[in-house]
Amino acid sequence: MANLDKVKVMNPADSKIPEGPIAEKWTNYKAHQKLVNPANKRKLDVIVVGTGLAGASAASTLAELGFNVLNFCIQDSPRRAHSIAAQGGINAAKNYQNDGDSVYRLFYDTVKGGDYRAREANVYRLAEVANNIIDQCVAQGVPFAREYGGLLANRSFGGAQVSRTFYAKGQTGQQLLLGAYSSLNRQIQLGKVKSYNRYEMHDVVLIKDKDGVERARGIIAKNLVTGEFERFAAHAVVIATGGYGNTYFLSTNAMGCNCSAAMACYRKGAYFANPAYVQIHPTCIPVHGDKQSKLTLMSESLRNDGRIWVPKNIEDAKKLQKGEIKGSDIPEEERDYYLERRYPAFGNLVPRDVASRAAKERCDAGYGVNNTGLAVFLDFSEAINRLGIDVVRQRYGNLFDMYEEITDVNPGEFAREKDGVNYYNPMMIFPAIHYTMGGIWVDYELQTSIKGLFAIGECNFSDHGANRLGASALMQGLADGYFVLPYTIQNYLSDQITVPHFTTDTPEFDAAEAKCIAEQDKLLNIKGNRSVDSIHKELGHIMWEYVGMARDKEGLETALKKLKELRKTFEKELFVPGTKEGMNIELDKAFRLNDFITMGELIAYDALSRNESCGGHFRTEYQTEEGEAKRDDQNCFYVSCWEYEGSDNKAPELIKEPLHYEAIKVQTRNYKS
Amino acid sequence: MEENIMKVNLKVWRQENARAQGRFETYENVETTPDTSFLETLDILNERLVEDGKEPIVFDHDCREGICGMCSLYINGHPHGPATGATTCQLYMRRFQNGETITVEPWRSAAFPVIKDLMVDRNAFDKIQQAGGYVSFNCGGAQDANDLPISKVNADEAMDSASCIGCGACVAACKNGSAMLFVSAKISQLSLLPQGEVEKYRRARAMVAKMDELGFGNCTNTGACSAECPKNIKLSNISRMNRQFIAAKCKE
Repeated sequence: MANLDKVKVMNPADSKIPEGPIAEKWTNYKAHQKLVNPANKRKLDVIVVGTGLAGASAASTLAELGFNVLNFCIQDSPRRAHSIAAQGGINAAKNYQNDGDSVYRLFYDTVKGGDYRAREANVYRLAEVANNIIDQCVAQGVPFAREYGGLLANRSFGGAQVSRTFYAKGQTGQQLLLGAYSSLNRQIQLGKVKSYNRYEMHDVVLIKDKDGVERARGIIAKNLVTGEFERFAAHAVVIATGGYGNTYFLSTNAMGCNCSAAMACYRKGAYFANPAYVQIHPTCIPVHGDKQSKLTLMSESLRNDGRIWVPKNIEDAKKLQKGEIKGSDIPEEERDYYLERRYPAFGNLVPRDVASRAAKERCDAGYGVNNTGLAVFLDFSEAINRLGIDVVRQRYGNLFDMYEEITDVNPGEFAREKDGVNYYNPMMIFPAIHYTMGGIWVDYELQTSIKGLFAIGECNFSDHGANRLGASALMQGLADGYFVLPYTIQNYLSDQITVPHFTTDTPEFDAAEAKCIAEQDKLLNIKGNRSVDSIHKELGHIMWEYVGMARDKEGLETALKKLKELRKTFEKELFVPGTKEGMNIELDKAFRLNDFITMGELIAYDALSRNESCGGHFRTEYQTEEGEAKRDDQNCFYVSCWEYEGSDNKAPELIKEPLHYEAIKVQTRNYKS
Repeated sequence: MEENIMKVNLKVWRQENARAQGRFETYENVETTPDTSFLETLDILNERLVEDGKEPIVFDHDCREGICGMCSLYINGHPHGPATGATTCQLYMRRFQNGETITVEPWRSAAFPVIKDLMVDRNAFDKIQQAGGYVSFNCGGAQDANDLPISKVNADEAMDSASCIGCGACVAACKNGSAMLFVSAKISQLSLLPQGEVEKYRRARAMVAKMDELGFGNCTNTGACSAECPKNIKLSNISRMNRQFIAAKCKE
């Protein structure tokens, strides 16, 4: 157990938030930060691990500035990173729709959406640079949706009352990533970025400088094709390796998404912040069987025109569960559009955490609509009657097709007509793990608690507080990579210009590589009888059951106990076939699972220590009479930072970074009026 | 939950590494259900292999939503299997018969050497993109996004071309092993937009030259690439590329 009596509090100066009013902080920072001159940039090497929106944009931009970049990804090409799967869009406060948007409003919505647990100054900067991102992407040739007049189109998204989301069909992440990938390719061609595909980072190497300060100076990465560990040195290391959603086994993350690079940094002393803030996305295709490998997201944009409901009458729900009737058999007046009922002001467009919990509440009460009782309807009948099927298909056709391919049901298909109303087949949806707001702790400069080690994109914790709004992940990844890190990293590198290129032939690299090899031998030599996936599924069940959408003290304590047992199972019963020579996919998965178990414990520790409900973290002990999340701003207005205590078997130590809000008045979130 | 169990036989290409001799191996009676995806069925087989102490079948896959382009596989003679407009990861077992023997091979192309089993090296695609698949400008120099109106028709057409996921099915489907659909999709996307139009001739020349250098074949207009493309990339992209390439050559 983490001992909460001896909690340390971080020095406010450590977060390096610049002086001045909120709207001037970033400008002031840029005006006074140290820069590196062009001749010196050529002398400095930067490692960027990851090629998603954050990694690719950072790698290309740093190279454009003149730094030498080494860029790594686990896939066969940088273009495959999981940012590519983002469907809905990217936010910016352009106010092209003249609907009252502004940088301040985007900032405010993001802080409020995050349930007042994000760092105010970071979020303001994010909102500030968001407009530049749209300009940058258009210049790259990203084919955003346009109106007939030739200008950019927008749509609305959860948690906002303006239309500020830019999109490229239902493939916005793909198009933005391909844009970043194109800039990256240009720098690879120019020789400024060296690209390492099918490489996985296993450790970060710290070396003490002459003043005794430990700095990140390189990584150990495994060549996944040859099976060999290789060494890479640089003046700074940036990790952009995404989130830890796959701790839960089933999530909307790609199969390869993992938290191993982040865990390597954590074990070397980088704080891990707010791990309990895990986003559960309300609109995913429900689980269908125990052989399922992942869950598929249906874009939040569907909530623009889709209405979420369950039957009013529990008898109807029971019939649906038995398969005796279909959703379209239930007439309009017998439907409970529970989001519109509970949250009149935002309706179906409430933030994700609110929508997910509301779905769980209805299903727990017995109103679930599929054979497992764990699904609600997302219905397009009203939209089709209003706009016609052609317009609706134009907007969501690819999502309807995707849904049909998986479930064999076409959501736009005409079902029946009754009393002059046309009914169409609805979709069935249920919440699933989607995104992780927590991550490696970073200061305002995106530097971790280790000097020279930076974390960007989903793998840091900084901008989304306890809940992320839709279309904000793409915004944050690209903001960090294009417009924030390329500035802030120079403030660090400016005093490194006299440090020559590193050799990897040092005792620190020797030790790090030896540790990786020893771990590998350990995994191969357990020779038990359980496959990696079978243990990972067990981890997923523990996490979903006790550390999922609704948590309580007792359950979290049970989870921690079960996770300890699971680690023993892993260490005694794991079986990895094959050898360490050449490609061994089971071995690679075993490494990742070891880290997922540590991550699972970290999530549980954090959830247990945070005695309040906020955003994606819901403790059943802390709720209002209406079942809404009840924050405790008196005692819980902090970022929880977890420090590794030298062993995975020891409980981590909590350090609190107090939050200070200057611009926004902290209040209870209200999406009702 | 009541589910229809179905059994299939999987005849799978196994190859230890790039230099080793490959062979087919048949795995009988793999138990799955119609609502299980094809890749999940391979997962089921892999679990069985690991339980038997054997090495699992290696195949590329990641997002399992049809967008990352990582999955490949030649299934029963078709890249990405029998479904049209879908990738292998979007293929569900209801497309197959109970008791069917399904043949699974890697992409077969000189430019895509096998790494292990069903996994191939598609690095050549990255190299072609590096040769010119971009707009040459640095971050920070862009004008306001709405300063330059772009016709919706062009923007939509650029979007259709940009939908290419770079999976390599076009090359695998082509009897000449041509990469023209892939290359022309990027060339089209960028040249349809004013931002990319500026350097369209340079781009066409560089990307085509790199494609030829890497050993991809020429196009003989059979259209198999487009027919098998999981994203329905149109053949007309190739005409557009050829037009630009010829114009570029004339300018030399």
